[in-house]
Order: sequence, then C-alpha cells, then structure tokens
Amino acid sequence: MSAGNLVLFKDIDEPGLDTLEVYARRGGYEALRKALSMTPAEVLHELEVSAIRGRGGAGFAMGKKISFLPKGAMDKYLVCNADESEPGTFKDRELMQKSPHMLIEGMVIAAYAGGITRSFIYIRGEYDLQASKLEAAVEEAKAAGYIGERILGSDFSLSMWVHRGAGAYICGEETALLDSLEGKRGNPRLKPPFPANQGLYQGPTLINNVETLATAPHIIRMGGEEYAKLGAPGSTGTKLVSVSGHVQRPGNYEIELGIPSREIIYGLAGGPPEGREVKLWFPGGSSAPVLTKDDLDLAYDFDTMAKAGSMLGSGAIIVVDDSTSVVDVALKTAKFYRHESCGKCTPCREGTNWTVKMLERIDSGEATPMDLDIMAAVQDNIIGNCLCVLGDAMAMPIGSMIAKFREEFEAHIEAARARNELATTDEAPPEAVIQGAVA
Amino acid sequence: MAIDPTRVARFGHGSRVPGWDEAVDLTKDPEGVPDPATTPVPEELRATIEQYMARYPDHRSAAIPALHAVQARYGWCSPQGIEEAACVMRLTPAYLTAVATFYDMLFTQPVGRHDVFVCTNISCSLRGADELFAAFTEHGEGDPELNIRAFECLGACDMAPMASIDGHYVGPIRPDEVPGVLEAVRRGEEPLPDRQLERLKSADPRAASS
Repeated sequence: MSAGNLVLFKDIDEPGLDTLEVYARRGGYEALRKALSMTPAEVLHELEVSAIRGRGGAGFAMGKKISFLPKGAMDKYLVCNADESEPGTFKDRELMQKSPHMLIEGMVIAAYAGGITRSFIYIRGEYDLQASKLEAAVEEAKAAGYIGERILGSDFSLSMWVHRGAGAYICGEETALLDSLEGKRGNPRLKPPFPANQGLYQGPTLINNVETLATAPHIIRMGGEEYAKLGAPGSTGTKLVSVSGHVQRPGNYEIELGIPSREIIYGLAGGPPEGREVKLWFPGGSSAPVLTKDDLDLAYDFDTMAKAGSMLGSGAIIVVDDSTSVVDVALKTAKFYRHESCGKCTPCREGTNWTVKMLERIDSGEATPMDLDIMAAVQDNIIGNCLCVLGDAMAMPIGSMIAKFREEFEAHIEAARARNELATTDEAPPEAVIQGAVA
Repeated sequence: MAIDPTRVARFGHGSRVPGWDEAVDLTKDPEGVPDPATTPVPEELRATIEQYMARYPDHRSAAIPALHAVQARYGWCSPQGIEEAACVMRLTPAYLTAVATFYDMLFTQPVGRHDVFVCTNISCSLRGADELFAAFTEHGEGDPELNIRAFECLGACDMAPMASIDGHYVGPIRPDEVPGVLEAVRRGEEPLPDRQLERLKSADPRAASS
C-alpha cells in the first residue's frame, strides 16, 4: 500500500518556495481569492465538510472550533500555535521554513471564516531561521496586499505579526501560550472559559496549529467534500508525520491517515538498523502512551490510536529498538517533563519530580519492585488533576511503560541492586524494603 | 536504609532549592517603575522596544521581544538592561525579571557570547546525544566565550544528534567532530556548512522527486 497523495509537501523542495514570487507561480494565494469570493459562512462550511481535525495534538475539528467563536463585530483574534516543542515533532519547522506563505494564506482564510481581524504567529524562540523566513514572508504578503486593510479589494482586513517565544514547552499549551503572548510567564489558565470565548486579551480567540492552518488553502482549492475523500473516515486528509529515533531514514513524511503504521516506520523511514527490532514506539510525540511491536499493523489514524490506548497527538513517531533499556527511555522522558513543568499545579510539579527521583533510584539500585507500584500510583494521581495536561503527558507514557514492560523494570531493579552488592529483594528484611521505598 | 545526606545534591548555600543565596536587601523599598529622568536608555534599544510595543493591543505583550532585544545588546538580561526595558515599557523591573526567569533562552546570569545548545531529548539521545553533549562540555570547558547547554527537544530529530549553534541548526554531529566545530565557532565561522538545516532536503522521496 502506498502512502497516498501529497498535498502539503507537493512542491516542498521547490527552490525559492519561501518567496512570494515562486509560491504565487505555483498557484499560491489562488485559494484566498476563491475564499474571498465566497461568504465567510460558505468558507466555514467547506472547512466543516472537510472534517479536518487539529494537527497539533488534541485532534479537535477545526471547523467546529471556528464555529464556537461568537458572531458579531468585535475584536477577535487568531493565534497560530507554532511553538512546536513536543519531543519528536518537527513537521511545522519544515513547513514554515520552506513554505511560509502557505501558512499565511491559510491564516487569512481561517480569519475570514471566523470574522477575525487580528492575528499572531507564536513561534518558539529556538526556530530562528523559520521565524526569519516567516517575518520576511509576512512583509512580502503585506506589500502585495494579502494581509492588511481591505485584502484584495474586499471588505475584509487582517493584521498579522510574528511573535517569538523564548524557550518553554508549556507555551505550546494553548492557554499558557496566550499568557506568554500577553507578556507574562507562561502559566496555563483554568478552563472554562475556553479561548473561543475569552482568550487573548479576554477576547474571542481561535488557536490552531501550523499544519492545520496550512491545510486550509488546499481544502478551499479542492472543496471540502473532495478533501474529505482523502484519508480514513473520522480522520480525513493527509498528515505530516515526523519519524525519528531508531530508524534508518528519519524525517517528515506526508501520509494519508489510515495507512498501516508498519508502512510508515518500515516502508517510509526504513525501520530500525539491520539486525534490530522495534521494541516500543511513541505514536504521537513523547506524551503519547507507548505501543509495542505487536501494534505495528494498526492503522495510523486518530480513532485507531485512541482505541489502542494511545493517541495520534502531533504525528511524531519515535521508534526505540531492542538495544535500548526501557528504564533509560522512561528516565529521559520524565526528566523532560520535570524540567518543563511550569510549577503552577502541585500534582504535576511534585509528581514529575518524584517520578524522576524514583526512576533514578531504580537505575542506582536503591529501589525495590514495590517502587513500581508507588510510581504507578503517582502517575494516577497526576492524571486529570491539573489545569493543563503537561503532567498527564508524562504520566501516560510512564504509566504505559510500567504496565507493558514491568518485567524489564523488575529485572533492572534486581540487576542494579546486585551490582551494588546489596541484598536482593527476596533476602532483604521487610523493614528495610519499606524504608527504602519511602525514604 | 536511610538516605545518605551527603549524597543529596545541594547548592553552595546548603539548600536544595536554587536562588536562596541571591541577595535581597529587605531594608530597601520595592523598586517601582523606573523614572525616565534618571534612567538613561540607549536610543536604539528604546526605538526597538517601542516598535514592538506598537504591534500589540496591550503593550505588555512586548515583554519577551523586549527582553530578546536587551539580551542581543548586552549578551544577557542584565539588571541594567532590564531596568532600561522596564523604563521604556513603564513596568517594574521585577515584572520583567519574573518573565525572564521563566524562559530557557533568556539568561539572568552572564553567559558566553556563542550559544551552543545541544539537544539531549529522547529522539536525539537514542542517536547518541548524551555522548555528543559530553564531548562539547569536555572540549569547551572553561572557555568564557561559549555558552554550552543541554537543551530539551529543539525540533530537529531528523538530523539527530544535533546542536543549535548561534541560532543555526547543525547535525548530525559526531563526538569526534566537536573540536573542529568549536574551533569554527570561536572563529565566528559556520561549522559543518553541508550539515546545516537550511540545506536539508525533505526526507519524503516523493517530495524530492516532484
């Protein structure tokens, strides 16, 4: 089975695609002209019919999100979430660097559908090259009249600025992003109210991922119904997947949703190096519960991944082969979330910290198998108890690793204890075991 | 089996929490919004920050861009630089300091002027990022010009293991190439020019052939 049609990546390596001249020659901004000849309600209808789901991680239907915005004349905002920080994800980077005008065109179309007059692109501070390309593209689009007052002679106006972040994973969470964009520390907000009602500067705000917005011109060009024929039912369209880790050809691939995961990992990315096998893989960034080699034949789409107990997330597949210890993977993952927890909610701030400490004990030989249960309980107490899902994003993969690779964790504990010339768990007095678990 | 107190990581001041040794003079009043009459601000910096402030409905949104501008000018978010930005933005220095300390890319301590951010997150570490970071710290240790740091996912797992060197993504880098890379950085040259992100082609064979 082939990976299907290319939509976003069709011309991606065309030299100079980041300039307006080449982009327009390749049919760029035609979709915007078409959209502006329709009413905003008709544009919204096309987006809804396309059934495109958000490409940033949550997978919420884009058309529905726009329809939640209140109607009427008021200051409404569009924020493009370009704070791509989910470990393993690098698809937006390639889009913004090579085809920034596609994103800009999509933003103007989405803003037109939602009656929005001000827009911002919040890009992570590390993406210096991509931010520069975007800034140049926005200037070009402004000069050509694709952004600004009365776009292409219509009554519709939109302002757009590129806003650089400064390095914080949490700012990819939509409400933390809004706080950061307002010039504060990036702490998440309590929901509800949702951003569609009270977002940036307390105004109605639409927040979408780069890839979602960049798809909008293609939906308008093809028509929503035609776009919905791509992909699988419930997961329409194409998706950029970032494959990384233990594969021979890591990189971004555009696939039609619903193809077998094996086709992506082995067919496109070449699978693990010769002689090694897939041990576990994250199907949607490091926040997704891990799957094993038994799940390789599952279809890669939103619903199948959810049914398998994981999630499609941002479409970042991280492959770990059998040469790596699951404890190392868990520790690396947990350390990341400990570093990035903003510290606002106790379960996340403390839970990520204690998970790291317990994993370090496992590694250093001070743990007992009982620690695994305590660690699993810590994960349970994080999930659902915080303002945002950063804590959950650690708890879910760590919990799934303990559940699926418990024997390996236990073997690691025993081996580390033996290495330290400590008594093995079976021989140690019970008191010492309990103290060791809670000290 | 009790915890051995000598093995618990502590800061120089004896606490396990950072920041307690940073001086706070409780005899002084809290610092207010700096007075423009007594706070000279370089004209260039003022113009840059004012230009940022004009972009947003609420001028506080320019906090991060303003701090980036301060850092570009002074090399770090120095107290003087923060005070100048606060003066232009009509905010307290404490407000901007609180923002600056939240973000990984804003430095409230002096740092070397060449940034070397090595990604040590999961995807890169599967491909040898920890060895790469060790090589960078070994060969760059003690050089005040270098700001070598382990960074969380930089979003370039397709060129792992990689580093962001003065804002330019480079990878994959082998540990034995590190001395040469650092030599180029010190000379202000582009290290490994053929492995810069800017020249990376798409991995998707269909995209490359179209």
